[in-house]
Amino acid sequence: MAGYGATSRQRQRINAVLFLGPACVLLFFFFIAPVIVDIFVAFTDMGRTLRITELTTANFERMFTRDRRLAQTLVVTFMYVLATLAVFNVTFGLLLALVTTAVPERVGGFFRSVWLLPRMSPSVIYALLWAWAIDPNERGLLNQILINTVGIGPIDLMNDHPLLLIVVANGFIGASMGMIIFTSAIRAIPEHLFHAARVDGAGGLAIVRHITLPAIRWPLSFITVYQTLSLLVSFEYIWLITDGGPFYDTTVYALYVYKRAFESGQYAYGAALALMLVLLGIGLALLMWRFFDMKRLLQTPRIEVH
Amino acid sequence: MARIELRKIRKQWGEVVAVEDLDLVIEDGEFVAILGPSGCGKSTTLFMLAGIYMPTAGELLFDGIPVNEVEAKDRNVGIVFQSYALYPHLDVRRNIMFPLKFKGVPKAEAARRAVEAARLVHVEELLDRMPSQLSGGQQQRVALARALVKEPQLLLLDEPLSNLDATLRLSMRTEIKRLQRHTGVTTVLVTHDQIEATTMADRIVCMRKGRIEQIGTPEDLYERPDSLFVASFIGAPPINLLPGEARDGRLAVGGTELELLGAAAGRVILGIRPEALRPGEGGLPATVLDVEPMGRETLFLLETPLGQLRALLSGATAPYGAGDRTAFTFDPEDSILFSESSERRLPDVHVRLPA
Ligand SMILES: Nc1ncnc2c1ncn2[C@@H]1O[C@H](COP(=O)(O)OP(=O)(O)O)[C@@H](O)[C@H]1O
Ligand SMILES: [Mg+2]
Repeated sequence: MAGYGATSRQRQRINAVLFLGPACVLLFFFFIAPVIVDIFVAFTDMGRTLRITELTTANFERMFTRDRRLAQTLVVTFMYVLATLAVFNVTFGLLLALVTTAVPERVGGFFRSVWLLPRMSPSVIYALLWAWAIDPNERGLLNQILINTVGIGPIDLMNDHPLLLIVVANGFIGASMGMIIFTSAIRAIPEHLFHAARVDGAGGLAIVRHITLPAIRWPLSFITVYQTLSLLVSFEYIWLITDGGPFYDTTVYALYVYKRAFESGQYAYGAALALMLVLLGIGLALLMWRFFDMKRLLQTPRIEVH
Repeated sequence: MARIELRKIRKQWGEVVAVEDLDLVIEDGEFVAILGPSGCGKSTTLFMLAGIYMPTAGELLFDGIPVNEVEAKDRNVGIVFQSYALYPHLDVRRNIMFPLKFKGVPKAEAARRAVEAARLVHVEELLDRMPSQLSGGQQQRVALARALVKEPQLLLLDEPLSNLDATLRLSMRTEIKRLQRHTGVTTVLVTHDQIEATTMADRIVCMRKGRIEQIGTPEDLYERPDSLFVASFIGAPPINLLPGEARDGRLAVGGTELELLGAAAGRVILGIRPEALRPGEGGLPATVLDVEPMGRETLFLLETPLGQLRALLSGATAPYGAGDRTAFTFDPEDSILFSESSERRLPDVHVRLPA
């Protein structure tokens, strides 16, 4: 019996290493190690030459007292995240889900696929399409449409409304994730609840308000938190379409970090900025976690089937 | 309250015809049960009455007014779904108040009426609970309260008892009947359970494969079933059915012949209810094959010259044991004959045991 127990314990240990090992290794190299390196570099004076001459808090001093651009970057980030989230990733995603589940399935499926296309196309191609669409002279797609149908234009979106441009460009992609999650959540609502509500006198909007929205409360919270964090740290489309410009008008925080570190070669300062972004993200996540009461989501199954 | 009329109602999805040629009049204040096996179109019919489904063809009238195009929300019907369909995020009070929200009832009055409705179905002490904290029977009562609170002109019940245990089913049966009497609301109950239908309803609509097989009082369906289907669907234990051949005033069944009363010829099916058989001198010689005590009654499986028969006798203790030889008889009026080809009853045709 004792011998059996020993081998069983051994086996358990081997299993733990086998099953958890790869994930732990990945976690370490791609998440924990970079953070440690980042923290270390943030307290150095590493520049383009990659040489470290002293340990210092100068980077943080600069960040909080001298970097005037940083404040503007934070404002841009706030407006960008809030607008994209409020207009597209949550609201428009929800609207798409509501509409495409209300119409016949074939039509709904078609429209959902259309909205998935930008997500599936490579970022560079998507960015190129935008560049072509908003071309400031008369040949641009947007200007052709404006001139021929509305009779105004040509307009130069890139220079006149750059923030609007990056919000829309990101929103067209971001809406699809919410759309998919919300669609499946709406599908999971037992049909008899809709029937009951109709018999009880509820019209279309009342049903959305009293049946659909309460039933998808958790996916809604989840998408809001998830998309906030993901918008906060990603900048590839902005980088590709406007490169943060004109001037610094569309430089969000994450892009600013990238520019400082890799375009200006101020690695140490970039690291310090990145560290703040991580802390900002964690703080925001905790705040929203609290606000949406996500703990309850993880405690018990939230999709109630009757 | 309303008088409901269905004229040649039909519902189909693509090629699937769920309900066909439905003609039915439900009188004001009547309690009608739609009875039939699963998949015969009962719920579809009910959902058309509620306005959840629109009929493909035919006409639906409430008090003589066509309502085909009237949406569910404007029909003022109350419905209890098989799954109760309580709103999971609302407590019992808000569930019951929900229909009043859309009728412009002031909040205070709505709250008062909700309590009243809750009291009617004895859930007033559950008003602050969430649906997930209720048992099946309690959820069902709340669903009833929600259906009744708006004082509907028509109450629809879709298999309301099928998710309850046997004891609860019995008490809810009485309860629903009491509520219907009390409110006087025109009621349609859908069920696949013949006992539910016969004990609760004034009239029963028996359906099969989307069509009405027979409409009548429970007695009509039991004593004068129009078809073989109704005869075998109504009654527990089920009716004895024996194939035979009618010729020259006699009916050949199994290895013997019976005297035919009335005109019939060709292949027929003889039906005798287990309750109609009783021990009798000079009757059919019978050997008891099996005895099943059923509480106050006892079921006997008999081998007779007609074939195997089930007989139900009152009394908890069996007068016979397996292997006993005895004789059974029945009244001619209790025998029912059906044409084998059309499966319809042959009216006024009976059989009598030869003297
Ligand atoms: N929404 C629907 N789409 C297609 N077929 C349906 C739908 N609802 C019911 N049916 C079909 O109609 C028939 C009758 O269904 P139903 O009225 O639910 O039967 P019951 O309530 O008597 O068990 C069944 O064959 C069922 O498959
Ligand atoms: Mg059904």
